[in-house]
Amino acid sequence: MKDHLDESGASFGKEPRLQPIFISQPDPSEEVCCGPPAGPPSGPFEKPGYKLLGFVDSFLQTQAGPVPKVKTRPGLSDVIGTVAVRLGIGRNDYKIAPGLYCIGDPDDSSPVMVTANYKLSFDTLRKDLEEVSAWVLVLDTRGINVWCAAGKGTFSTDEVIRLIKLTHLDTIVKHRNLILPQLSATGVSATRVKKASGFSVIWGPVRTNDIKLFLKNGLKAEKSWRTVTFSFVERFVLVPVELSLVIKSALWILLAVLIISGIGPGIFSISSSISRGFIAAMALLSGILAGAVAVPLFLPWIPFRAFSVKGAIMGIIAGLVVVFALMEEIQLVSTIGILLLTAAVSSYLAMNFTGATPFTSPSGVEKEMRKAIPLQAAAILIGISAWVIDSFINKGIT
Amino acid sequence: MEKFRYLSNVTTLHLDSELCTGCGMCESVCPHSVFEIEDRKAKILDQDGCMECGACANNCPVDAISVTPGVGCAAYIIQAWLKETGLKQDSNAQCC
Ligand code: SF4
Ligand code: SF4
Repeated sequence: MKDHLDESGASFGKEPRLQPIFISQPDPSEEVCCGPPAGPPSGPFEKPGYKLLGFVDSFLQTQAGPVPKVKTRPGLSDVIGTVAVRLGIGRNDYKIAPGLYCIGDPDDSSPVMVTANYKLSFDTLRKDLEEVSAWVLVLDTRGINVWCAAGKGTFSTDEVIRLIKLTHLDTIVKHRNLILPQLSATGVSATRVKKASGFSVIWGPVRTNDIKLFLKNGLKAEKSWRTVTFSFVERFVLVPVELSLVIKSALWILLAVLIISGIGPGIFSISSSISRGFIAAMALLSGILAGAVAVPLFLPWIPFRAFSVKGAIMGIIAGLVVVFALMEEIQLVSTIGILLLTAAVSSYLAMNFTGATPFTSPSGVEKEMRKAIPLQAAAILIGISAWVIDSFINKGIT
Repeated sequence: MEKFRYLSNVTTLHLDSELCTGCGMCESVCPHSVFEIEDRKAKILDQDGCMECGACANNCPVDAISVTPGVGCAAYIIQAWLKETGLKQDSNAQCC
């Protein structure tokens, strides 16, 4: 038994065979047997224990070993993945392995683009590089997009230097230029990259769909490519994520709302919890929609600069809609309660949206929050009080 | 981004023109076109456009720019406040 173990141990110590061996296989098409016809034979790059990713087309042999060549057209699995991530499903783990990839047929003079290993960042880049030959250096930003990763310090000077060394980039290209997305400048110091690796950083455009023009323009970015935008579409794609972030807390608040709505002259009433709870739940929902959907979408058209104020405005509008829709069941005091609650909820959520915008300064957000949070808290307290008091008043009338 | 303006007079951005060599790095990294190079010196064109991302200060080769960088995100700031008051020990304030 012991001998056997030693023997197998020794065999594991040997150099693993990385090169695929081709042994001619019998052609399965002639054997008429069970099941559907056999598929194509396994490709030379399939290895036991590894799965070839759908976006990898083939491999390019280089000085530093094989480099995966990726497709520029998104496949079905890419599209499904994108939709899921946009809806907030599994958004914390949508990444690809860091390292060197390539697109088209690059040679030692082709440009090197650097990006994050968040799959959406990578997918947009390769799509926008259609018909271009380039190297793509993917950093380990822990699956976070370029902008957030630069802020968090995972898209960093050290990470760029580490990947240059790890992939032996200097043996693959003979020039010494790297194109980095401009938004990574928050985390990357061009001077330090140059000092440590010899590679000069060229700041590419903010949006990858300007990248072809940038390449044609001799690696010079026009002012408009250097400036961030926050278009309707860019705001629209953020909405599902904003909503998915509030759902969990919203359910707890809903429970509280139902309990509070049941409080009345008879201490607690199930029927009132349901009938009045329905109205309060509608108010909560409209406050959420106002703050997490309407504010992002209509951002530039809502008056005032502070997000909490924009949120309060949309919240009051949404609250009025609820009041009018359910007019017959709502008295004056509860109207005040509803409007205060929708305004506070919407204001708070809108304030949270600052984190997703590319133009709010932390000093500004902090200043706004110091004023807004006490007001939001007061609005909630007065709103709840009005809601409960109303239940007693109504009882008195009928 | 002239279309989007946030609060005025809050940014911590500061430029020391004495030190500036006019290399143009700040102009090319700023996503809000805050800087312009004029007569071989950087000039702040639009102070209130600054979102304090820190890209300029991080890339100025002579450290002529200072700014307190961070993400303008309410959730992040709340967590930082909680940490200050000792209510929360978790050091990982999460944002985007
Ligand atoms: S990066 Fe620094 S040295 Fe260069 S222009 Fe800007 S302020 Fe001046
Ligand atoms: S901190 Fe960012 S937004 Fe502000 S001036 Fe510097 S690069 Fe521009």
